[in-house]
Amino acid sequence: MSSNKKQVLFVVLALIVLGLSVAIYKRVHLGFPFFPGESSLIWDVEAKITFKADGGPASVSLATPEPGGKYSILDATYASAGYGFRNVQRNGIDRVEWTRREASGEQSLYYKIKVQDSLPEGAVAEKQDENSEPAGTVLYLPELEGAYRVAADDLIQRMRAQSSDDLSFASLLISSLNKTETVSNAAFLDDLIANESYSRANLVMKLLQDAGLPVRKVRGVMLADSRRNQPLLEMVEVLSGDKWYMFNPETGAEGIPEHFLPWQRGGVSLLDIAGGEHSRITFSALSRSVPVSELAVASAKHSRAALVDFSLYSLPIEEQNAYRYILLVPIGTLIVVLMRILVGLKTSGTFMPVLMALAFLQTHLLPGLVIFVTIVSIGLWIRSVLSRLNLLLVARISSVVIVVVGIMAGMSILSYKMGMQQSMSVTFFPMIILAWTIERMSILWEEEGPLDVVVSGGGSLLVAVISYLAMTNRYIEHLTFNFPELLLCVLGFTLLLGQYTGYRLLELRRFKPMIED
Amino acid sequence: MFLNALFERRKLLRNRGVLGMNQRNNAYIGRYNDRAKFPMVDNKLTSKKLAIEAGVAVPELLHVIRTQHDIFALRPELEQLDEFVIKPAKGSGGKGILVITGREGNEWIKASGSRVTFEDIERHISNTLGGLYSLGGNSDTAMVEGLIKADPVFDRFSFEGVPDIRTIVFQGYPVMAMMRLATRSSDGKANLHQGAVGVGLDLATGRSLKAVQFDRQVDHHPDTGHSFADLKVPHWQRLLELSSACFDMTGLGYLGVDIVLDRNHGPLILELNARPGLAIQIANGQGLLPRLKTIEGLPRTHFSAVERVNYAQATFSENEPERIPVGIKIPEPA
Repeated sequence: MSSNKKQVLFVVLALIVLGLSVAIYKRVHLGFPFFPGESSLIWDVEAKITFKADGGPASVSLATPEPGGKYSILDATYASAGYGFRNVQRNGIDRVEWTRREASGEQSLYYKIKVQDSLPEGAVAEKQDENSEPAGTVLYLPELEGAYRVAADDLIQRMRAQSSDDLSFASLLISSLNKTETVSNAAFLDDLIANESYSRANLVMKLLQDAGLPVRKVRGVMLADSRRNQPLLEMVEVLSGDKWYMFNPETGAEGIPEHFLPWQRGGVSLLDIAGGEHSRITFSALSRSVPVSELAVASAKHSRAALVDFSLYSLPIEEQNAYRYILLVPIGTLIVVLMRILVGLKTSGTFMPVLMALAFLQTHLLPGLVIFVTIVSIGLWIRSVLSRLNLLLVARISSVVIVVVGIMAGMSILSYKMGMQQSMSVTFFPMIILAWTIERMSILWEEEGPLDVVVSGGGSLLVAVISYLAMTNRYIEHLTFNFPELLLCVLGFTLLLGQYTGYRLLELRRFKPMIED
Repeated sequence: MFLNALFERRKLLRNRGVLGMNQRNNAYIGRYNDRAKFPMVDNKLTSKKLAIEAGVAVPELLHVIRTQHDIFALRPELEQLDEFVIKPAKGSGGKGILVITGREGNEWIKASGSRVTFEDIERHISNTLGGLYSLGGNSDTAMVEGLIKADPVFDRFSFEGVPDIRTIVFQGYPVMAMMRLATRSSDGKANLHQGAVGVGLDLATGRSLKAVQFDRQVDHHPDTGHSFADLKVPHWQRLLELSSACFDMTGLGYLGVDIVLDRNHGPLILELNARPGLAIQIANGQGLLPRLKTIEGLPRTHFSAVERVNYAQATFSENEPERIPVGIKIPEPA
């Protein structure tokens, strides 16, 4: 083996190992799935703020959900006509702010977040310290007075006697408030809720505060499918030791309820509106299933994995979609290399089949083939007319390009009128390539005869179709986009093929006469 | 089952030393032909000038047309000619070659018998300049050459057209040769895949070894009916020496040299090819590899064309060994 070959083999090996190891790292540590179709549930949660603006400048400030917990926020969008929008931080709380110079009448603002239900293993980001209660946000609640004061003290006393620790006490206290028939004083205190002096959460918190427990309020959204315009749900958290424990003020049950997305904690205001009145905030949630890879990207972004941070995923969605196609090109070229070096198929123009396959991706196979054959046939006919006109080459090719454009427009209009939407995608065919294909084929026709045109055209189409089939393969598409580093393996394999000196498949047939005698 | 048959065939071909396209490209063209020297043979005008300088016989160069404007000046010159050939300088595979064999009034007669006016010729030339026949569609130059008058010894073997002799020259040694004869089905073209007959030639004598058409063995010319058994190329020694000299001229290690025998001037170099095809093996019923390896195994190559031709003739005659001799050390490329 020559040193040259050794070098190539070394490079090939290095490329393949590098490509595979990066891919495996992404699989194992970042949770990217190797196979498409693995999907997970995410929620679209939309906050709708409505208020009546009084005609002057309006500013709306909304606390945004804190990161952490079992839900992770993948993405946030907003929609509000005529408003300026910005993200601000106030007192350590992230907020979004809408502002407008002049607003009057009914206003609607939307803030939408994407929330992931459960992150894939390993991709879960380091949780923020949940105990970091911002200072000075202890909620002030109006004092209980008179008979209520006495009733509350009595209830606290009795429950403390029945409980073993802070948590069981809290739980008992809350649940006793609901047992208005059996527990004395409970019904009495319940009046406070009935006459709207206190909300239930506030009352619970007040009682717990009076019992000397640090408490805070948690407001959040219940994630239930297609529940529209629900108000925020209030929960109570009690500090015990150095951990906060969540209680449902309705039932006294401890723990975070399933499907509860905490939006905002503590006494900070959820919504501030200046320049308006009758404000209301409601929430809607909608679940949908998305591929795991999308989530892996989002959560890797969340945890700022450098591999993902500096990757295609950091591009805007539009560019990402472009790369979805571009990354398939190497697969097409690999097919061309295989077909030429291993099989020995002739094509007209080395990489023309790849461009055809890319066009087929947009048009789908059958319409694409029909369009291609139609355009080339009409083009060949026009070209034969043009050749009688004695034109210079560049001018003739340009004329063919113009004619091709005309044919494309004609096909689109005609098929649209006939109700076939598919051939509208004719625009995805590369015009210049088509024109050159027509030109080359017409020369081939003149010099070698129609048979050669069919052979080389058929070869090109065959390679294009094989490339198309490879490119549309779900697994290949999934792998090229989610594991672009596998292109290194493709590169290595291509380099390896470049070293192949054996017979081509068609040569075995071609040289057959040599071994027959 | 099918795969087994393929592997069996592959093994047989390998035993016969048949050179495949990939190996040709990688191990011979890629290794022995310096890319920088390709334009020398890809541009026929350059190789022609080079040949004239080196004293290698070539068909007469009458005119060179570089720009569209040159065509106007060409008209009075062409009016004086009855026979000529117009070629693109960078053409490939015989594309864009216009052969004029006669004149009748204002019209010229093509080799095929059809007639053309000056306007037709003008269009042909402007197509050539535009790059229609050149590799990659680059703009090109057209050449007007004197018509080659085929040596009458081949009249019995050729249907129209001028037969040419393709020799593969490896590091200056002629290693294999064949004659290409036009037939009716090849439409007067000496292109094997279009139906021309390929006749393998014995390097020692210039006699025919075997003839094939469409890759099948034939004994008689399909149109003239003459047996190939008594085909013998005259000026054989001179022809091989000319081919061998092309190596010194171009420095290309793996070269195809196309030579025609002119009635008056003897062997003339028609064209050089840095990527000669593989059909020559079928015409000879011989693989190229054993011969190429023999040359690669030479400790030192001969200096002069005559010596190299003598060596090749002595080594690659009909009774050469089928297999590559064992123990030959193949030198690393420099």
